[in-house]
Amino acid sequence: MTDYKNLKLIATSSPHIRSAENTRSIMLDVIIAMLPALAYATWQFGLKALTLTAVSAAACVFWEWLYRTLLKKPQSIGDLSAVVTGMLLAFVCPVTTPYWVIVIGAFFSIVLVKQLFGGIGKNFLNPALVGRACLLASYVGYMTTWLDPAAGKAPLMGLVADTMTGATPMSYLKTGDLAALAEKYSVLDMFLGKTGGSLGEVSALMLIAGGVWLLYRKVISWHIPAAYIGTVAVLSLLFPKGGADNLQFMLYSVFGGGLMLGAIFMATDYATSPVTKKGQLIYGIGCGLFTVFIRYFGSYNEGVCYSIMVMNLFVPLIDKYTKPVRFGTVKSAKKEAAAK
Amino acid sequence: MAQAFFGGVHPNDMKAATNEKAIEQLAPPAKVVIPMSMHFGAPCTPLVKVGDYVKVGQKIGEFHGLGAPIHASVSGKVIAVEPRPYNMGGNMMAVVIENDGKDELSEEVKAPENPDSLTVDEMVEAVKNAGIVGMGGATFPTHVKISGGIGKVDTVIINGAECEPYITGDHRTMLERPEEIIGGATYLAKMFGVDKVIIGVEDNKQNGIDVMNKVIAEKHAPVVVEPLHCRYPQGGEKQLCQAITGKQVPPGGLPSNIGCAVFNINTTCAIFRAITQGMPVVRKIVTVSGSGVIEPKNLECPIGTPVSNLFDACGGLKEGTYKLIMGGPMMGMAQYTTDVPVGKGTGAMLAFCEKEEQTVENPQCIRCGKCVEACPMHLEPLFMYQYASKGMVDELNEAHIMDCMECGACAYICPARMHLTHMFKTGKQLVKNKAAADKAAAEAKKAAQEKKEA
Repeated sequence: MTDYKNLKLIATSSPHIRSAENTRSIMLDVIIAMLPALAYATWQFGLKALTLTAVSAAACVFWEWLYRTLLKKPQSIGDLSAVVTGMLLAFVCPVTTPYWVIVIGAFFSIVLVKQLFGGIGKNFLNPALVGRACLLASYVGYMTTWLDPAAGKAPLMGLVADTMTGATPMSYLKTGDLAALAEKYSVLDMFLGKTGGSLGEVSALMLIAGGVWLLYRKVISWHIPAAYIGTVAVLSLLFPKGGADNLQFMLYSVFGGGLMLGAIFMATDYATSPVTKKGQLIYGIGCGLFTVFIRYFGSYNEGVCYSIMVMNLFVPLIDKYTKPVRFGTVKSAKKEAAAK
Repeated sequence: MAQAFFGGVHPNDMKAATNEKAIEQLAPPAKVVIPMSMHFGAPCTPLVKVGDYVKVGQKIGEFHGLGAPIHASVSGKVIAVEPRPYNMGGNMMAVVIENDGKDELSEEVKAPENPDSLTVDEMVEAVKNAGIVGMGGATFPTHVKISGGIGKVDTVIINGAECEPYITGDHRTMLERPEEIIGGATYLAKMFGVDKVIIGVEDNKQNGIDVMNKVIAEKHAPVVVEPLHCRYPQGGEKQLCQAITGKQVPPGGLPSNIGCAVFNINTTCAIFRAITQGMPVVRKIVTVSGSGVIEPKNLECPIGTPVSNLFDACGGLKEGTYKLIMGGPMMGMAQYTTDVPVGKGTGAMLAFCEKEEQTVENPQCIRCGKCVEACPMHLEPLFMYQYASKGMVDELNEAHIMDCMECGACAYICPARMHLTHMFKTGKQLVKNKAAADKAAAEAKKAAQEKKEA
């Protein structure tokens, strides 16, 4: 019979079982969800898209490892969150960005935004977006030079295509010159991603495919992406610029720029979005409003990055005012209201 | 199908190991250790001393205030009355009886001549004398729940949810002793003066539902079975009330506040035996399961049986067993010794030897919000964790930490594997300590004031 006296028992608090999902598996799912867009970028922009993403991810992991080693903190690179940040950072930069620039961006993302505030879950701004914003402020030239696949010279491998400055679909939307835009890119081109733009943002189709994976794996819920994209869609449908066709303007607005990437991958970042479903809807709508405002009235052509960062700052406030209704108080509240 | 409750999680139910296994009688243990605290309330005082001969059903512990009496579960000689390890951790005064194996029934156990003619007061008295407590694990004295609820309660619910993984004792009881359940439910209907009693059962026990429905039809009993969708913590009292009536128990309140009273399946059987046979609670059905148990079983054993006897009856434990849990895996207590005895609220004894325990070093909250979604009490565990870890008592109160019932749904779902439930137990204690300190300070101030005035 068993020798019960010599069992090595641990007596920890309940619950004694845990679901299989963990931080690492969630981050792995996000990485998997980014692969279609990465594959498309590699096909369209050449191998540089792949190597730039790899360098960015490696740089993020390196900075996190270095910071935590120097400060003698428990190592955290195993949770793969730095890889996600690195991939997202590369996704919001042009494919022509030099490697050394993205390594600097990774430093901003990981050290400045994430680690200095306490590491995973503690950052109040989206690391990848701050990384991009810092690079945009520091290296405007590199950050606004786009490869133009419509020039027909974008090869599958190697970088010999013409580059263009400024003239992305978003600049046409800014002026409302839809006729010129339609001549260059059809709505289908926009949806599939045959346009100029940041590395990972161009193909709405591939990003939506990734979003479906995240929804299926329950990594994200529909609330933020739906509220965000829905808000942009409704506003651009109602108020097309320059007398353009409502539906056409809406489709270009939704598939253009970084909206899909932002709504599916950036705004849904756990650390910088509200925790309740109600809060997530408000946050998504806020992101949508700011995006449309910047696109319509701002000096930038694209507003996704800054809208999400602004809404990140509202998260504590949204959390404060969207607490769940306390269990057992719903009925009495109604009764009191009726009594009045 | 009944309405839902908030939140909840879907752990793998692990019930297949024992749900086909009939309840077996455990071979009589050589001795039983009966702790004087097996109920919610102050411990009982032992009524016997070393050397006394006791018989099955003889009262050996008397309660004071809130509580229930305790009875001998075997016949034999009392060999010790001393503190022994018990399931809540630490030691508790216990009566140790050497089993003579005769199972002689005490003269105190008397079946009424005609159970069906008993008045409500007589029935409540029978429940009280039988020492019945909530056998689902909460161990609240049943006679208090009944007498306190009469007149206020219009919905009597029998809790057959059995939502904790692994446990199948209630399921087996439904299949093997449906008459006792329906009979007990009928007496409850009589006591509360209601015309029907609702049995809430999760739909993973369809055969149990069918068997009970058959008995209800045969006896024309005032009972209905309500199937419920499987979700943990369906069997939480407040959640079951919400699922069946749609009403929410107010904060700090009891089900009786919304006209409900909830009784466990085995409590209902005990009520039936108390009223028809005058039999007190002396035996308990325990599911012995988990990866560390060689042959999982449902065992019925005398109260006070050391859990080592249960494991022996199941072929012993596997090499590398690292955790013993009394109760279910979501809310049960980890035990540090197999000397602890089976109590009135013990529904399961689990042993783990695989990778059930998935803790990580240095867990970090990633703010995913899954705990908020899972909380059946509409709390925000991630914020409560921050406040509790920093000792912020006022913030804990504002976050309604005292509403937390420690069901473990948040900690179960947490991908960062934060020790949420553990931290809330600590946090609740902080709140209680602060309240006690505030009260003492207020009293001291008042005393000083009076002194000054005098």
